[in-house]
Amino acid sequence: MTELIERADTAADTPVVELSMQQAINRALSDLLTEDPEVLVFGEDVGTLGGVFRVTEGLQKEFGDKRVFDTPLAESAIMGMAVGLAMNGWRPVPELQFDGFAYPAIDQIVNQVARMNYRTRGATPMPITLRLPSFGGIQAPEHHGESLEALFAHTPGLKVVAPSDPADAYSLLLQSVRSDDPVVYMEPKARYWERRPVQLREPSDPIGTSRIVRPGRHATLIAWGAMVHRCVQVAELAAEDGVDLEVLDLRWLKPIDAAGLAASVSRTRRAVVVHEAPLTAGLGAEVATLVTENCFRDLAAPVQRVTGFDVPYPAGPLEPQYLPTIDRVLLAVQRTLEY
Amino acid sequence: MRPVSPTHEPAGREAIDVDHLSPDLTRALYRDMRTARDLDTEAIALQRQGVFPAYVSVRGQEAAQVASASALDPARDFVFPTYREMASALAYGVEMVGYMSTHRALWHGGLHDVAASRFGAVNAVVGGPVPHAVGWAVGERLRGDDGVALAYFGDGASSEGDIHEAMNFAGVFGAPVVFFCQNNQWALSVPNDRQIAGGSVSARAGGYGMPGVLVDGNDAGAVHQATAEAVARARRGEGPSVIEALTYRVEPHSTSDDPGRYRDESETERWRDRDPVTLLREALLAAGHADEAHLAEVDARAAKEAERIRDGVANAPEPDGSDLFTHVFRETTEELTRQRRTWQEEVEL
Repeated sequence: MTELIERADTAADTPVVELSMQQAINRALSDLLTEDPEVLVFGEDVGTLGGVFRVTEGLQKEFGDKRVFDTPLAESAIMGMAVGLAMNGWRPVPELQFDGFAYPAIDQIVNQVARMNYRTRGATPMPITLRLPSFGGIQAPEHHGESLEALFAHTPGLKVVAPSDPADAYSLLLQSVRSDDPVVYMEPKARYWERRPVQLREPSDPIGTSRIVRPGRHATLIAWGAMVHRCVQVAELAAEDGVDLEVLDLRWLKPIDAAGLAASVSRTRRAVVVHEAPLTAGLGAEVATLVTENCFRDLAAPVQRVTGFDVPYPAGPLEPQYLPTIDRVLLAVQRTLEY
Repeated sequence: MRPVSPTHEPAGREAIDVDHLSPDLTRALYRDMRTARDLDTEAIALQRQGVFPAYVSVRGQEAAQVASASALDPARDFVFPTYREMASALAYGVEMVGYMSTHRALWHGGLHDVAASRFGAVNAVVGGPVPHAVGWAVGERLRGDDGVALAYFGDGASSEGDIHEAMNFAGVFGAPVVFFCQNNQWALSVPNDRQIAGGSVSARAGGYGMPGVLVDGNDAGAVHQATAEAVARARRGEGPSVIEALTYRVEPHSTSDDPGRYRDESETERWRDRDPVTLLREALLAAGHADEAHLAEVDARAAKEAERIRDGVANAPEPDGSDLFTHVFRETTEELTRQRRTWQEEVEL
């Protein structure tokens, strides 16, 4: 499976190392703190503790408590502080500890972070990257398994990205933090820990570029975050039955790679979009619309959506029944093939 | 049971004194307060003429605003306003045609250069900019610079969670912030005793580990002194503080408001009689800082300046439609570029 995810265009000059996504993000933060003295990392428990997921482990020790620091527990003020720091020339990389705790900061994110450059007609750029451990799959308490991408993608002024593997987590974070626009960087908690051989690379694709994780001919599975891994599992199982599925990792949820989607689905003529968030008004609807707008004549079947249900994110035992399962995705593949 | 508010009753405070301030300073305060008053009057007139869709008057709050803003250094400090800080902007040296353009609805936030003037964009989410002041101030200390952030907010905003979060952050980080509450006693239709549990915003400062003072917001000398002390303290690295300037919103909340529906306007009349511009004028004369001839000259110049700003904003060009798209991102997206083309093809026509 690793081979499938390995990138075809990998540069040969950096060594292959075994890393988890959590370690790859840590490496990216360390490299960013090194390359740019204006980068600041802060949030709840990111300093002394190194973050509840240890993503910031060792950074305060290496870069000092002025560059990497703990804040009091107040998400709105963390994001408001990021705005003020950006107005004073810093490049803030705040962390909100869990997806569900972004809600208390929505006013600052939507009304302030996303609009300040617009409001001031470019006088005060907001080069803020909000790191947000996101999505479900780890049997966590309530408010620790939310998928907020549609909300952020719907907000003018924000860019949104969700890596699916360690290599992308590294390069997409470099790209996000170096960007002068605010980026919500959604880390799939369920994929933090799996180690795999990766090559850490400078970002090479422009912001808003998707990636074909696995080429295929019969249908395109479109996903982001942890669902990419699930779709690869689905593709491997389908291959045993002679069904050749392409897996497209959207990566950027805003801007969405409409051209990349069209190129893939025009070839395969069938698309299934998979996400953890509830169905109604989820980002899958946007993806399906883009595919339909751009590939209408090529489509052999309506775009299928496999998503969470329109219910609050459930507790542990029900989690596997809420999240798109391999079987549910396979059923959607079957529907699109038999249409 | 209604808590008692420690409000200054206007009766018994018929005069202020400015003997503790330099004549140059008090004359400058008077000049800016007078100009702000005239500009405020012009702005209300522009709204009546249909040039401004709406306007929020600062009348009666000129001392609180001018005397606080003038305690700052526009070369190194930064002001974070809400939406009723016109007199502060003027005293701080902000380009006022640009600033007032927000009231003509030419651009949300105003057209003044926020970075160059070091005076934030007008912000209608009251409380929202206050954590920005803390972030800015923390950034100042991180760099080893000695600028001070001053955040304006009102008695209504003092109920917002962001204010409390910001004060706590500032206390924890020892950030050089002055939290300046203009308590004008009315948050639209809601009075202090339905807004501020405990009756005092400044009294809350102790809970956040910083000093808080209540000053007569209609006494320009008192406001200036309190602010100068808080700024000096912050600049010395001794951290944040809260100033609550007690004043009164003598005009409606906005030109769209009808205060007769919720308050006794005879109280408003008593506060109109304690006009901060008149109080300062009389204090200047009493202290020998200016004579009638000088003040008459200042009054004439203020009226001219207010007319200049009025004409500037009334005649300012409307923004181009393409401005819809220009500053959404620093690096725009293909989708936004496509939508901009749609605008050109289908809307601009």
